[in-house]
Amino acid sequence: MAPPDIRQVVLDILERIAPDEDLSDLDDSSPFREQMELDSMDFLDIVMELRKQYRIQIPEDEYEQLISMDSTVNYLIPKLADTPAAV
Amino acid sequence: MSVAVKYHTVIIGAGMSGLAAGIRLAYYEKPVCLLERHTTIGGLNSFYRLRGRNYDVGLHAVTNYAPPGTRTGPLAKLLKQLRLRWDDFDLAPQNGSSVVFPGHRIAFDNDFASFVDDVCRQFPQQADRFRRLVAHIGQFDETSLTQPQTSARNVLGEYLGDLTLIDMLLCPLMFYGSATPHDMDFSQFCIMFKSIFQQGFARPLKGVRQILKALTRHYKELGGQLKLRHGVRQIKTDGSRAIGVILDDGREIEAEHVLSSAGLVETYSLLPPHLREGEAPAERQPRPASNLCNGSAEASPSQVKISPGEVSFNEAIFVLDCQPHKLGHDETIVFYNDADRFHYEPPADPLDLRSGIICSPNNFRYADGAQLDEGFVRVTALANPDFWMSLPDEEYVDAKAAWGRRMAEAAVRHIPDFREHIIDTDIFTPRTIKRFTGHPNGAVYGAPHKVLDGTTAIDNLYLCGTDQGFLGIIGAMLSGITMANNHLLR
Repeated sequence: MAPPDIRQVVLDILERIAPDEDLSDLDDSSPFREQMELDSMDFLDIVMELRKQYRIQIPEDEYEQLISMDSTVNYLIPKLADTPAAV
Repeated sequence: MSVAVKYHTVIIGAGMSGLAAGIRLAYYEKPVCLLERHTTIGGLNSFYRLRGRNYDVGLHAVTNYAPPGTRTGPLAKLLKQLRLRWDDFDLAPQNGSSVVFPGHRIAFDNDFASFVDDVCRQFPQQADRFRRLVAHIGQFDETSLTQPQTSARNVLGEYLGDLTLIDMLLCPLMFYGSATPHDMDFSQFCIMFKSIFQQGFARPLKGVRQILKALTRHYKELGGQLKLRHGVRQIKTDGSRAIGVILDDGREIEAEHVLSSAGLVETYSLLPPHLREGEAPAERQPRPASNLCNGSAEASPSQVKISPGEVSFNEAIFVLDCQPHKLGHDETIVFYNDADRFHYEPPADPLDLRSGIICSPNNFRYADGAQLDEGFVRVTALANPDFWMSLPDEEYVDAKAAWGRRMAEAAVRHIPDFREHIIDTDIFTPRTIKRFTGHPNGAVYGAPHKVLDGTTAIDNLYLCGTDQGFLGIIGAMLSGITMANNHLLR
């Protein structure tokens, strides 16, 4: 999966977790928490959605990698390298 | 011969907390099975049909109201976690409610600022102190699972100098959630204060059915198993680890985890005899308010004296031939107390008619002017569990009816007289609650001691629901979600 595909994967997950948020103006470089209402339960959900959909295991001490869109995409590049993008 | 299925989790009890936990597990593709002893879902908050009418039991109002589009607060969190839409619950806000004591009336709707102002108008001497208390409650983290238990009366006494005001604040919060007579835990007080005064009441037009059906439909669509008429007789263990359950009919179900919403004492009584050291003695243990500070929230149940709770109620549901509005009654809920002090405890008499709750499910702002077909007034009063449990069958029906008339008589001191308009009545007592929930004494809010982290002395056996300690309907669902997240989805 290329970075733009991965970005879409994360966006889809955010939409699922927080359907009432407007994500069209999301600033990829700043933390999700500053732009949306996300608490620790929601971050756990991002981790679990990735596990559910792509079988990616993220250890608890690496959760901090998921702070913003940019850092999340960078973190997921190697993990999703061999996963084909959804059609 | 049946094929042995092994579940990731079996959940005991298909009430609000069990269904919410089930949805979380099913959503993340864990094989999950909800077991409910009764013929219908809901537990304490349920519904039934009687003489051609739909009735709700439990739910007077959903607390923690937030308007559509609200992104913060317990209701928003709950909907997000369950992947439900705001419309799934179809909540309509209340008209307005009040707490009425001799000489004082505090009104509140879902606008917190007007509630605070009203308290300050009613108790001008206490205004500054009350605002300081509100600030303290605001910054208190009642969702922490490690809060030590503290007496709410002690904390309120530090801030406020007026016993009537303290009683008036406690009255609705205790009625809607305190398992402890006389007092409540301060963390629980904060949960209830925020959910009732700060966020407020709402109700779906179709009542608790709407919520339970939304939860059940969603759970089943996600692949969760729901088995009604499947009571659990015993929790199976291997050493100190739960490995499944044995049903009332002797069949066994294997599971890696067991999540029980049955209650603390009730869950321990399902363990094999040698593991029941935490079981409560047969007689009820009186728990004076001072005991509140003794057990810490993290102590395992086997280390503390656990009792099943003894706060219970009678409720009379009066069906009217007209809308309450036609009689001049528009208030949603009236919490009243006619005595000098508010006595929250099992009474010596069959019922304590000095105080009570008067709720009319008609009095919500339903969308597009929709309204229930008939008028309802529900009157609730503290009950003496022993009296109602031990009454011979042939006297029970008459006693319910006679005390129902006295409840109506007490209610009409506070709302317009509706008695000539009654066309049907149904009444529940502690006996009814015991029958449908399995709680000894018909304890509506479970055990005085809550196990906030949901752990038990048995590995892979967790608690959710009332005795975990998040209160109210929204609290019950959040309890199921939190326990599933913390113990079953890591």
